[in-house]
Amino acid sequence: MSEPVLLLEATDVAKRFDSVIALKAASLRVCPGEVHGLMGSNGAGKSTLVKIITGVLRADGGRILVKGVARTFGSPAEARAAGIVSVYQDPALVPDLTVGQNMRLARVSLKDVRRRLEELGVTSLDFSSLVRDLPYPTLRLIDLARALASEPAVLLLDEITASLPADLSEQIYLMVRRWRERGNAVIFISHRMAEVSALCDRATVLRDGVTVGVTERAHGSEERIVALMLGAETARAVASATSAPATKAKPRDQEPALEVRGLRHSPLLNDVSFKLYPGEVLGVAALEGQGQEELFDCIAGSRRTDEGAILARGQELRLRHPADAIRAGVVLVPANRLLALLQQRSVRENIALPAFGAIRNWGPIGMRAERARVESATARLQIDTRAGSELSRLSGGNQQKVVIARWLASGFNTLLCFDPTRGIDIGTKRQIYALVRKLAAAGSAVLLFTSELPEIALACDRAIVLFGGRVVAEMPVAEADEATLLRAAHGLAPQLQAVS
Amino acid sequence: MTAPAGGEPSAMGVSAMDSSGGFAGRFRRWLRLHPSLFAMPALLIVSLAITVAIHPTFSDFDLQSLAMGALPLAFAAAAQTAVVISGGIDLSIGSMMAVANVLAASTMENANIGESLALAVVVLLAGAAMGALNGLIVVFSRVPDVVATLALGFIWGGVALLIMEKPGGGAPPEFLNLGAGTLFTTWLPNAVILLVVAVSVIWIPVRQSRLGLQLYAIGSDRVAAFRSGVDIERTRFSAYIFSGLLSAVGGLGLTMTTGIGAPLAGVYYTLSGLAAVVVGGVSLAGGRGGMVGPVMAAFVLTLIPTDLIFLNIDPNFGQVIQGTLIVAIVMIGGFVEMARSRR
Amino acid sequence: MTDQGKPAVSHSVPSALSVAGVISLLRKRTLVALVLLLLAFVAGIEVGRPGTVNALWISNMALFAAPLGIVAAGQTLVMLTGGIDLSVASVATASAYLMATHSGLGLPSVLFGLAVGVAIGLINGVGIALLRVQPLVMTLGTGLMTEGMLVVYSQKMLANAPHVPQFIEDLGAGKILGGVPIDLLLWAPIAVLVVFVLRRTGYGRLLYAVGDNSEACKLAGIRVWRVLLVNYVVCSLLAATAGLVVVGGAGNADLSLADVYLLPSIAAVIIGGTSIFGGRGGYSGTIIGALILTVLNSILTLLDAPEPIRQILYGGIILLLATAYTRLTG
Repeated sequence: MSEPVLLLEATDVAKRFDSVIALKAASLRVCPGEVHGLMGSNGAGKSTLVKIITGVLRADGGRILVKGVARTFGSPAEARAAGIVSVYQDPALVPDLTVGQNMRLARVSLKDVRRRLEELGVTSLDFSSLVRDLPYPTLRLIDLARALASEPAVLLLDEITASLPADLSEQIYLMVRRWRERGNAVIFISHRMAEVSALCDRATVLRDGVTVGVTERAHGSEERIVALMLGAETARAVASATSAPATKAKPRDQEPALEVRGLRHSPLLNDVSFKLYPGEVLGVAALEGQGQEELFDCIAGSRRTDEGAILARGQELRLRHPADAIRAGVVLVPANRLLALLQQRSVRENIALPAFGAIRNWGPIGMRAERARVESATARLQIDTRAGSELSRLSGGNQQKVVIARWLASGFNTLLCFDPTRGIDIGTKRQIYALVRKLAAAGSAVLLFTSELPEIALACDRAIVLFGGRVVAEMPVAEADEATLLRAAHGLAPQLQAVS
Repeated sequence: MTAPAGGEPSAMGVSAMDSSGGFAGRFRRWLRLHPSLFAMPALLIVSLAITVAIHPTFSDFDLQSLAMGALPLAFAAAAQTAVVISGGIDLSIGSMMAVANVLAASTMENANIGESLALAVVVLLAGAAMGALNGLIVVFSRVPDVVATLALGFIWGGVALLIMEKPGGGAPPEFLNLGAGTLFTTWLPNAVILLVVAVSVIWIPVRQSRLGLQLYAIGSDRVAAFRSGVDIERTRFSAYIFSGLLSAVGGLGLTMTTGIGAPLAGVYYTLSGLAAVVVGGVSLAGGRGGMVGPVMAAFVLTLIPTDLIFLNIDPNFGQVIQGTLIVAIVMIGGFVEMARSRR
Repeated sequence: MTDQGKPAVSHSVPSALSVAGVISLLRKRTLVALVLLLLAFVAGIEVGRPGTVNALWISNMALFAAPLGIVAAGQTLVMLTGGIDLSVASVATASAYLMATHSGLGLPSVLFGLAVGVAIGLINGVGIALLRVQPLVMTLGTGLMTEGMLVVYSQKMLANAPHVPQFIEDLGAGKILGGVPIDLLLWAPIAVLVVFVLRRTGYGRLLYAVGDNSEACKLAGIRVWRVLLVNYVVCSLLAATAGLVVVGGAGNADLSLADVYLLPSIAAVIIGGTSIFGGRGGYSGTIIGALILTVLNSILTLLDAPEPIRQILYGGIILLLATAYTRLTG
């Protein structure tokens, strides 16, 4: 490819949030007339880079050139004026305004938006409906149409297909290609490898906030992209995973620690049943939005089920509040640490928190006993508290460990881990998986969802796959290689199909 | 997050909704958009009907005194609404009204009608200036708006006392007549005309403009508004200007209906204005509601003590009922919300 | 409030006058900064009017600060959870008035006052904790309601005029042991108890936790509504107690008795370093905040400033302190 003037060039962009380093040295070079994939595992810094390029966040370091001119944008409006527009992961539409008002707010012409929507296959949208009344996929399309209406030279799409049905995704691929043909650039962020290899011309891979590689041809480079995304360490981690869980046969005559029967939660969970035995780690694999979040929330008591039963050690649970699940020994480590932790309080208070659920513990605290309990939990998890006793000073990995330490300190039978290693560095990941194995060896049951499929083989004994709110496959870990899991996670597709 | 399980193209949902269009569909959506436009007039008509029922001799004079009584409260509610829509709160409105009230009464005492009208413009400018200062302080001090405007309320209260130590002053009768008299028929008090004209002149252009959209947008979802290109700080600032301006109109209304300036008269209106906002169906979370609900709620809240007098009940129950009404309305709202989320 | 954590960077401040160093120290030790500010105010008085600061003045400051400190204690508890209580002034007034109209009963009349606190606190708690009404709206409503009921009640009670019994007057205005105000003897144990509860009990931990992240509390198995319900009752009870002290100091119960305490009760908490968004702060800061406001009042009195100027200065200084605090802790 001859080297035309670059539409967008970001060099060594860095950004940190308090103690968490989101970007160290991210670089991205985008030519006119290309669809450029931006890849990276969760927490690699893709979304942060997008937000910096579009003026939502300010970079701490590095520089950004637009058509060869150095720019820093103070707001998305400035970036838009320079021809850079993004569709973010969550819709950027104001819920209490109508669609038409949202368009006026962003200063785009209704006519253009309507035309773009028609191109996307939405022919009869009523612009006077309130955004808050519209279904999520429609909002994504409106968001995209609004972005297109300002005729961006560089269009950034952050996980736009993540929770869209297949027919709408197709519409978006068509639109992306059309946009490329007009000499513009599209930066396409997605976790779906098939999609990226079918759609993108080139791809930049981020890992832990650093650009680790650029592939000149996305199609056919899947293996290389995966290797770049995972890094050499993971390969080594896989090799050095000492425990060989799969060989150990579980006594199935035992009473399950957790049993789920016919669980439904409209509309995302349709009839999920499985058993989880003491001493076992059961992996859950699924693409985004297949009901896994609802499943974990229902078992943890933070969402009501429509139908079905949840049994802990043979006892049916009546879950009206997480406290009910916790009393039955079923505890949750959620994906989003911000949901579970008290950012302004100390590590110690965070770990000791569940103790005060019972009113009888509202009185004076036995400080010495509490310290002993907390210290033993932090020691077991090797939580690095050198940075300070305040939680917000800990790194993401250490914060995640605090959530687990909380349950170690208060005791449990069944641990529900929802993507516990999202956005965590590789070393801590290994520690967390080693810990999960250790807990299982000590007789606890663990239900583990991870968005990174290779991790299932690393930590689990058995795996189930969710698709469309149903369990579509169950297999021992020996068979649960990435390709098999992926195939099952895409429905019943016999082999990985390129999206065309 | 929707399930692709059914395989139904999700855009279908939209077209289905659209097909139910026609007049009935439009009307229903309009109701959803502006529930207070329906509920508040109904409540007002019902309370007027009750008033007439228990007091068959309800005369044009009673109507005039009702309108005069409601006028300052309605402006206080309108002022609060402007800020609440943008997701903020202004606890200095009563004090700003007091400043406008005493400023008008002290300068207009010996003025003729022409001079008074010119002075009224000055008072309005002073109100906008007070609002602008409030806005600057709230935006740039980063002190939470509740605390900042509470303290500013103290300051404006002091300024009012500085201008006029004890009740007094006045204005030419022609000027007072603007709010206290009747122009066309005795069944259409000037206070109502003044209210409708003033709120419309100030608010309708805002509502129609991009600024109006921005006010609603930052109240509804600040992140989405920012990403849509809204300057959050400037929009918050302008909300406080409108609050100051409408408070000043309220202060002038106070002068017209009482005939004098009273440095402490305004204080009452901060809290009861907020009450009218809540009763008028404007969510304190911001982004929803309009001016009609709170303004009409001001009339309903003024009618309650009047009715009690007619019923020979201690009119002091009025405040009990106002308070209970707020508590009941927000509690029912909370209950409905909870029942919905449990489903 | 961080008690232990020694400032790790103290050696890296070579110049004693390094502004950045001072700011960073103040940022870590807000309580120290507040005490310094209080001392500066006191010093200012002594410089401006030599001889003012004596044992009597100090004893009077404590006397005046006590009711504010008690109302602000409840306000602190509520604001730590991210709430606010605008009904405290009405509750204090109602408590005082009810007690005064039952003064014939002697000591049990106090129970009438405290019962008002519990009742209004329960209503606030049910609305805020169970029905999730915004605290500002809820307490505004109950405040108006309480005030209204009090007016009605006072009309009905014309025959039974309120009378402040001697022991209440002693509580609100008396001094013993050569100058120790009696209300300080009520305030001090309350203060010790509140500080202890916040630092060393499960309930205190929960207040911080709920204010920091109530969703996280739910996930940790805590039924947040219980905490909030209890908290609003405690806050109202403290306000009712303060009302008794205030009426003792004033000597007679009128219907706007405690109105002047609403803004200062919130200001004392903010100045004392408790975040209005919850999760951060404590009562020791509020105590200093209440003392600063009391001394400020005394300064304005000594200056013989007319009422309007006093109000403007008072509001302005509260605003300045709140701004400084917000900017400092960012």
